[in-house]
Amino acid sequence: MSAKEALVAIHATRKEDDVVITTMTPARDWMTLPQSALDLVLVPSAMGHATSIGLGLALAQPERRVIVCNGDGSMLMNLGSLVSIASAGATNVVVIVFDNGVYEVTGAQPLPSPGVDFAAIARGSGFASVFDYSDGDRWRNDVERILNAPGPVLAVLHVEPVVGVPGPRSPGPAADRARRLRDALSR
Amino acid sequence: MFSGEQIASVLDELGVSHVVTVPDSTVGPWQSAIEQRGRARIVRVCREGEAWQVAAGLHLGGKTPLVLIQCTGLFESGDAIRNALHDWKLPLFSIIGYRSYLNQDTLPGDTCLVFTEPVLDTWRIEYRLIASPSQFGEIAEHYAACKAAAKPGAILIGEGKA
Repeated sequence: MSAKEALVAIHATRKEDDVVITTMTPARDWMTLPQSALDLVLVPSAMGHATSIGLGLALAQPERRVIVCNGDGSMLMNLGSLVSIASAGATNVVVIVFDNGVYEVTGAQPLPSPGVDFAAIARGSGFASVFDYSDGDRWRNDVERILNAPGPVLAVLHVEPVVGVPGPRSPGPAADRARRLRDALSR
Repeated sequence: MFSGEQIASVLDELGVSHVVTVPDSTVGPWQSAIEQRGRARIVRVCREGEAWQVAAGLHLGGKTPLVLIQCTGLFESGDAIRNALHDWKLPLFSIIGYRSYLNQDTLPGDTCLVFTEPVLDTWRIEYRLIASPSQFGEIAEHYAACKAAAKPGAILIGEGKA
């Protein structure tokens, strides 16, 4: 499946009050879809920290679901965050790892070890529900059930790398976007 | 220098909602007093860079987090600090243990003394160095000043002596 078709399914299924965080390849494709005030396009980001910001948001707003669409390279940079999420009891976090085996936004250089079993790592970290998908039709059929599974949830999506497409550009000054998100979350 | 009860009490006074932390032998023992008091929630993370970004999420979600780490973790945190404090301009506050500041018996020549303050200056974090118990009141003072100015800040707590 492509990252874009996987994201379209998430976009169609997310609830109005869900927070959706996207970074790297998922951010680039997410920005082509209609945006919500509760979207956090994490560009610019710190290396691999989308899941950590997601944990903070989830603890601050336990009544909301926080969906983090992360790259596989980003996930490798912050694997410990999976343990932090599970140990904090953040049952409202859904992590979706877009696994294409490469650092796509820098030109598709291979990861240190393509084929890392993120699902096994999530299970070992204490995630309550873990899924693994390669087929786009199955993903589209199941996405609602997966987003609603007991949390924390992690789904690995095996997607094809896209070579030669630029990485995501910031959609605007980060500080302004932070203020807008904070305001939207306070309503 | 300070007991867990003293720190828990000042965190209550400041309205801190979450303490995001990786322990060291000075700040780690404060956790139980903070938890017993039950006002601020302890959030344990695996590495200090995470702490700043979890605090960023908490702040965006309307809470009042505080990062509690040692200076060694400050060194690890660089990119997370740059992003949260300067890209996203979030006014996060921290308490940072200053390893070997008061006593170098355990680690003679500890380079934490060389780099800690220049690193805070580099990241443009205004800090107050606490080197004696008589400065306890400065924790709340500096926090209030940073909050009023809506800017990041840190308390640097000298470590190395009981």
